[in-house]
Amino acid sequence: MKSFIVIFCLSFLALSSAFSQGYNVGDKATGFNLKNTDGKFVSLSDYPDAKGFTVIFTCNHCPYAQAYQDRIIELDKKYKAKGYPVIAISSNDPEIVPEDSYDNMVLRAKEKKYTFPYLFDETQDVCRKYGATRTPQVFLLEKKGSDLILQYTGAIDDNSQDASKVTAPYLTNAIDALLAGITPEPSFTKAIGCGIKLKDAK
Amino acid sequence: MLFSIFIIWQTTYAQTQKASKIKVVNFDQLEPYLHKNNDTLYLVNFWATWCGPCVKELPAIKKTEEKYAHRKFKVLLVSLDMPKELNTRLAPFVQSKNISSDVFLLNDPNQNRWIDLVDPTWSGEIPFTLIYGKHFRESYPQSFTFEKLDSIINLKLKLQ
Repeated sequence: MKSFIVIFCLSFLALSSAFSQGYNVGDKATGFNLKNTDGKFVSLSDYPDAKGFTVIFTCNHCPYAQAYQDRIIELDKKYKAKGYPVIAISSNDPEIVPEDSYDNMVLRAKEKKYTFPYLFDETQDVCRKYGATRTPQVFLLEKKGSDLILQYTGAIDDNSQDASKVTAPYLTNAIDALLAGITPEPSFTKAIGCGIKLKDAK
Repeated sequence: MLFSIFIIWQTTYAQTQKASKIKVVNFDQLEPYLHKNNDTLYLVNFWATWCGPCVKELPAIKKTEEKYAHRKFKVLLVSLDMPKELNTRLAPFVQSKNISSDVFLLNDPNQNRWIDLVDPTWSGEIPFTLIYGKHFRESYPQSFTFEKLDSIINLKLKLQ
């Protein structure tokens, strides 16, 4: 009977980790090694001097992602120098959304003159691991020793339609807080976005 | 000549008529529609023309609405399209798909506030559907087939 209970508990644990919804604030995040639009692979360990990273799951086709393209460029320009470069990742399955193919990502990065890597998560392992479900969705990571800690996740700001009408720039507030040694508040926000198109979700 | 002017006038008129069916609301204006307390069964679907799975399930919603047209069942489609695309994208789409349900365009940028007010379990992905009646309220973060939606509505109407 005892062993039955142990097996039951263990299988429950295994199940709950299999169904976990990705990272929560405070969790350790893992790095990745993904192909950039210049053909080279990029890994977070390529940035020894960074204090952390603004990892943004985004894509070409989504109108909400498009509405933030210029804001993401500005963000990278401003915060790369302060130690928080942007790392953009597209995880959509190009078979479902051809506009999000690697070749189209290359085109977009050239057109918009992206100042940051725009990485193709072809296996979708990274979005699954992080628990990213929509575009655009931010994961702000802070380096602590050799660990990367998730400090903020959610929206970039509170107005996708009009950058000039933003009243709460959640992401830049969160980075500024980290730079000042303060815990970001809020550390979690919600937003409407396009669902990331997973391969098995036909 | 006169005839072609008439045709143009009619098409334009029809378009304005359809487009005028779309009501632009902020969340405070939408909220009462999420909490009606009477003997009607309500389906509120959050969608957008740019959302593939949303567009895919619209025929299932339309077919269900038609099937239960004689019952106390009401559909509201809440579009999250960009407000600036109301006349260039949303209205023509609603017209071309012959959508007869009420369509609202939710123009309220503070999503972090209202997503939780719609449903705290909602992450913000669409499609997202609320089905509620006098004594129950359920949310479905998924795309419906007609069979699935029909079975839910059929059951809920019996419970109403």
